[in-house]
Amino acid sequence: MNMYWAFGTVLLLLAITAPVSLAFGFGGASAARSQATPLRWIGKTYIAIVRGIPDIAFFLFFVIALDQAFEYIRHKVKCPDWDEPIRQGSDFVVCTAAKLPLGNAPQWIHEIYGFSLAVLTFAIVFGAFAANVLFGAMQAVPKGQIETAEAYGMTRRQTFWRIIVPQMWVYALPGLSNLWMVLIKATPLLFLLGVEDIVYWARELGSAQRPNFTDYPHADWRMWYFGALLVFYLCFTKLSEIVLDRIMARLTRGQATAAGEAQRKAAA
Amino acid sequence: MECLDTIADYALRSIGIGERLLPRSDFTLCQQFTLIGSGMLWNVYFGIVALCTGFFLATTVALGKAARNPWVRKPSEWFIFVFRGSPLFIQFFFAYFLFLSLKNVYPIFSSLTSAWAGALVVLFLNTAAYSGEIFYGALQSIPKGDTEAADAYGLSGWARFRRVIWPTMLRLAWPAYTNEAIFLFHATTLVYFSGFPAQQQRGDALYYANYFADKTFNPFVPYPILAGYFILLTLIVIGGFGLMNRRLNRHLPQEARKKLKIKPQIIR
Repeated sequence: MNMYWAFGTVLLLLAITAPVSLAFGFGGASAARSQATPLRWIGKTYIAIVRGIPDIAFFLFFVIALDQAFEYIRHKVKCPDWDEPIRQGSDFVVCTAAKLPLGNAPQWIHEIYGFSLAVLTFAIVFGAFAANVLFGAMQAVPKGQIETAEAYGMTRRQTFWRIIVPQMWVYALPGLSNLWMVLIKATPLLFLLGVEDIVYWARELGSAQRPNFTDYPHADWRMWYFGALLVFYLCFTKLSEIVLDRIMARLTRGQATAAGEAQRKAAA
Repeated sequence: MECLDTIADYALRSIGIGERLLPRSDFTLCQQFTLIGSGMLWNVYFGIVALCTGFFLATTVALGKAARNPWVRKPSEWFIFVFRGSPLFIQFFFAYFLFLSLKNVYPIFSSLTSAWAGALVVLFLNTAAYSGEIFYGALQSIPKGDTEAADAYGLSGWARFRRVIWPTMLRLAWPAYTNEAIFLFHATTLVYFSGFPAQQQRGDALYYANYFADKTFNPFVPYPILAGYFILLTLIVIGGFGLMNRRLNRHLPQEARKKLKIKPQIIR
């Protein structure tokens, strides 16, 4: 039964991560084109830092780093009169009140906490990719549009919200749909973050080493489980491809791009 | 010098030469640098061999996908779809368990269950599919004039392919292919997290980085070291591919030459 929940876990992760990382990306991209220099630097570094390093390293890094950061902050707030050092050799020691989740918390809290750490990690990493795509899309909005907005006397903020943001999506969508495909394909990495997802169950079930599964008449079925996962992902990608094509066609309507022009001509 | 001893002991640890026992406590910076660097040998090995062998299959698949005969085209399309549409992580798992079952039936396949051969096969097929798609795209965008000129010179068949189509295809595909090479190197870090066992703790760079992070519970040292190594590797790859890019474009006037533009990396 838990195995079927695991599929739900993956879908839930996608459902939460996609908007959150889009928000991260939007924030990053707006920061990167801001007029305030420090803000621009933060945005640009955020985009740049995720490049060049394997993502899986980020996934492994952020889960521990975020966990420790949260515990450290809680530790500073909740136990101000703690005098022992936090790093003792190979241990990371905080007072019991600052432990996350609390030591006496039920199991499901632990699971939820692990899952939200995973979501946050995914959101940070994919937010950087999305920021890069959106930054490019904002630059791609035709200059004439922006100049017209200025000619109408719009402020910078008005231009941003009324001209750039509504028009950038058509330029961003190819990049974003690419990112969505990548996000789908990154979900098995959840397994590395300690969440009991489908990879976990595919490994566990049918492996002959588990004593409570030896009753099964079959030998090692893991190959077929992973084969099924492969097909699941293939179907999922194909489905997204079809849906994204539709959205693209819808977004192109009335845009000043080659595809928009073609649509207009086909209709006429 | 203590550090030189460490280097002597551990520099080739990942391929089984030198000290057998990994350090267990009191990790020094030097140990972390040496061991993670020693793990990089595997990343470089997987990356280079898969890239060199995958290149030929990629060319074949691209030509296959561009072929008119459906008996050739369909298999190539499916090959590309299967390997690009599913997560590499699941492919590794599936392949590992497939090889395990094969080994039980035919002992010839026993070497495929170890990472050096099995993971290499998966990476080879995977990079062939991704680069095949890139080459196919380039093949579609070969200027019509080039092929017409080849026809006018009386070139046909192999000579036409060898002298006109293939160099032009490579030239057009090269920037995207450089990115693909970088992703491939990053993807090699997945190998030891996906079923393939690290015998006697001979793993790749991420394996050791993860080992240190687990033992010290401090992700802030090993992962940045890993990141540093990978940035270095990425720079070397860009440099090498840049040289090739110069050679491919040497007949073009200076301003028409395309600079290599490195896009942010993306997992698969």
